[in-house]
Amino acid sequence: MTRRRPPLALLLPALLTVAGVLLPLVYLLIRALGAEGTELREIVFRSRNLDLLANTLLLTVGTLVTTTLVALPLAYLAARTDLRPRRALMLAGVLPLAIPGYVGAYAMIAASGPGGTIEALTGLNWPSPSGFWGALGILTLFTFPYLFLNLHAALRAQDPALEDAARLLGRTPAQTFREVTLPYLRPAWLSGALLIALHVLGDFSVVSLMRYPTFSAAIYQQYTAAYDRVYSAWLALGLLLVTGAALLLEARLMRGLHLARVSPGGAREVRTTPLGRARPLAWAFVAALVGAALIVPLGTIGYWLRLEQNPFAWASLWDALKSALGAAAIAAVTTTALAFPLAYIGSRAQGRLARFTERAAYLGYATPPLAFALALVFFSLKVAPPLYQTFPLLILAYTLHFVAEAVGPIRTSLSTATPRLEEAARLLGQTSRGALARVTLPLIRPGLLVSAAFVFLSVLKELPLTLLLAPIGFETLARNVWAYTEEAQYAAAAPYALALALSGAVLTLLILRRERRPTPRPPRPPKEQA
Amino acid sequence: MTPILQLDHLSKRYAPGHPPVVNDLNLSVSAGELLTLLGPSGCGKTTTLRLIAGLEQPDSGDVLIGGRNVTSPFAPPERRGVGLVFQDYALFPHLSVLGNVLFGLSHLPRAERLPRARETLALVGLTVFESRRPHELSGGQQQRVALARALAPRPTLLLLDEPFSNLDAQLRHATRQEIRSILRAAGTTAILVTHDQEEALAFSDRIVLMRAGQAEQIGTPHDVYTQPRTAFVANFLGRSNLLSGTADRHMARTALGIIPLQESRSGPVLVSVRPEHLRFTDDPAAPEVTIQAHEFKGHDITYTVTLDGNRQELLVHGPSDDLRPEGSRARLSVTQPARPVQ
Repeated sequence: MTRRRPPLALLLPALLTVAGVLLPLVYLLIRALGAEGTELREIVFRSRNLDLLANTLLLTVGTLVTTTLVALPLAYLAARTDLRPRRALMLAGVLPLAIPGYVGAYAMIAASGPGGTIEALTGLNWPSPSGFWGALGILTLFTFPYLFLNLHAALRAQDPALEDAARLLGRTPAQTFREVTLPYLRPAWLSGALLIALHVLGDFSVVSLMRYPTFSAAIYQQYTAAYDRVYSAWLALGLLLVTGAALLLEARLMRGLHLARVSPGGAREVRTTPLGRARPLAWAFVAALVGAALIVPLGTIGYWLRLEQNPFAWASLWDALKSALGAAAIAAVTTTALAFPLAYIGSRAQGRLARFTERAAYLGYATPPLAFALALVFFSLKVAPPLYQTFPLLILAYTLHFVAEAVGPIRTSLSTATPRLEEAARLLGQTSRGALARVTLPLIRPGLLVSAAFVFLSVLKELPLTLLLAPIGFETLARNVWAYTEEAQYAAAAPYALALALSGAVLTLLILRRERRPTPRPPRPPKEQA
Repeated sequence: MTPILQLDHLSKRYAPGHPPVVNDLNLSVSAGELLTLLGPSGCGKTTTLRLIAGLEQPDSGDVLIGGRNVTSPFAPPERRGVGLVFQDYALFPHLSVLGNVLFGLSHLPRAERLPRARETLALVGLTVFESRRPHELSGGQQQRVALARALAPRPTLLLLDEPFSNLDAQLRHATRQEIRSILRAAGTTAILVTHDQEEALAFSDRIVLMRAGQAEQIGTPHDVYTQPRTAFVANFLGRSNLLSGTADRHMARTALGIIPLQESRSGPVLVSVRPEHLRFTDDPAAPEVTIQAHEFKGHDITYTVTLDGNRQELLVHGPSDDLRPEGSRARLSVTQPARPVQ
């Protein structure tokens, strides 16, 4: 097969993406190292750094453990048992994703403690979540769906013949689960766990509200209160190092895991296990989860909405909605436009180039948003001060951060628009540009739309980039939930939280629809018929 | 001697109201026998295999393995001592070749496991590949690992579910012979499921021809081929010309004239005449045909001809050194007694 060299016009966006993410980070490094010798020593060897590191690692590992304990049983119930309706289980596993962590944290705080929803409705004084356990609980409730989606898909896709084979070789069902199913789930767990780790490392909002200091929380605190630039640059570097270590660890563990179906055949459906007497227990588990992750937050928002409102908060709702929707729409367009060349090269080119563009796309996503935002602040102030706190810079940050989300759906749809079709168009007289415009683009239009929708809804929920980079006076739903919650104005935050939860639900249902669509399988080798 | 496997009025339907997939099936397999379940897609052969393995539960009837009833009380697959080679091998992708073979040996004392696994891998000629992962092997090698994995625990009965269907034609032929001799050498009792008649004829001691969940005919390959009981069997195993006629003891009047019968019959009858039992002749009394098409096969030629009288199409084998052009005329004679079928 001939190697395709993609045109420069397509390669350029990949290079720009890498430059756009890396340049600010490099500047961050320069900035951090630029301090005086004694000051540098004092900063690097501050004992607080070790505390932050320990807290960050503890919370990340803890969240991975608890999300697994929630996601694995739920995924198993939905994929492999006769617990019905399956759709309800899927919703229980996915809808918590609709609630951004800071909205979840807001709801939990507003529900508990003196004067909280729970006390007002039942008279019980439910303690406010805080510290490590509070952060762990909230992050678990609202990030476990990443793991659930991966584990569920893998459990549905496993060839049932593998488990049959283990049984015939003398294993009981429990042994089969441990020795065949669990090892098979490893790659799915790893990629879901990476998403959760990135999320926990990058989250500053939940940990700040829970007053549990991690790197991200400390960066935010430095930025808002102390504003020691050198120290926040160092904190951001520390966070980047931990994130890099997580990425390397995942890549390392993933290496050599070749657990796709070996055999060509077998589109067999997995069988379901009857639950029997364990059914009430399973329902209790699902009910507790739904109660904590969905009913308490939504109930709390509803409760505070009914209370007397700060008229000021309602007045700016419309403005915040307008600017949030506008920014999300623009970012959706720019991000999808950048994602297309990346996805195209990733699916058409081979070898190093394809890997390079793929990583370029994920670089921005993996960089903790707070560190990235801080780097952009420093960089723009130094290189192009007029850009600082402008709308274009905000859009650029959104685009580089969310481009990975947009690449996925486009790549999937590109698998239907094969190079063969473009070749056919060329032989029918089209130029390469004409073939792209008349054959490939129309074929991948659904993928482009899904990408744009993903980005649109993600930008609506986005908080750290918005907080640090938005122009002064630029209000969004996310920003206002955050601001009012920090000031303990729970009633004022409620309408914004509701709007966010609703838009999040739309995104989530989109993800669910994609999840349910069967993935294209490689064509089976021709089989002789009798 | 008790048979290794006995199926006793076995029936299974997948949902109430659906037609049974396996319908009152009776079968007995003795030690060391290689048996083939042959039939078209959906005839119930794979379901029969899964019922034997304990991967499905029958609605009624019994499965006896080595004289022990494993259906009531129901013995789960891990307690049946049955090996199964899956159509797509189902090798564990997270384990090496050796790991796959060792998987079924945990009931053995620790010291015996490795020698047994290596010995079985040697049997299928894959010792040098023991540390490879399944995806690093070719289709034929994966197939042999699957066989070694199933053979290593020395099952009382080995089941093979269309194990050759994912191999290309040449490899399929070689692997089939190889596996047959491995099974013979190990003295294993085996049941092969296939829809490939050539495979069934070449592989087995006995063939069970299945149709709609029932055994249509059971016998040695030679018996089933030469004495098909029904028109279905005659056509599924090899190709056949079916002619209707009127029988009078050992003769029948058909469109091909009066022809001899293998068995005495009287009244209306349907007979099967194999293409190799028809020959072109110069006898002016023989019925006339027009040659419609010919298919050169090297060792012989298959002609499609139409009878002048009723325009019925017939298949005729002719020698390869006497090619008759399409559209030419010829006369046919029958060289062997025909087989009356139902």
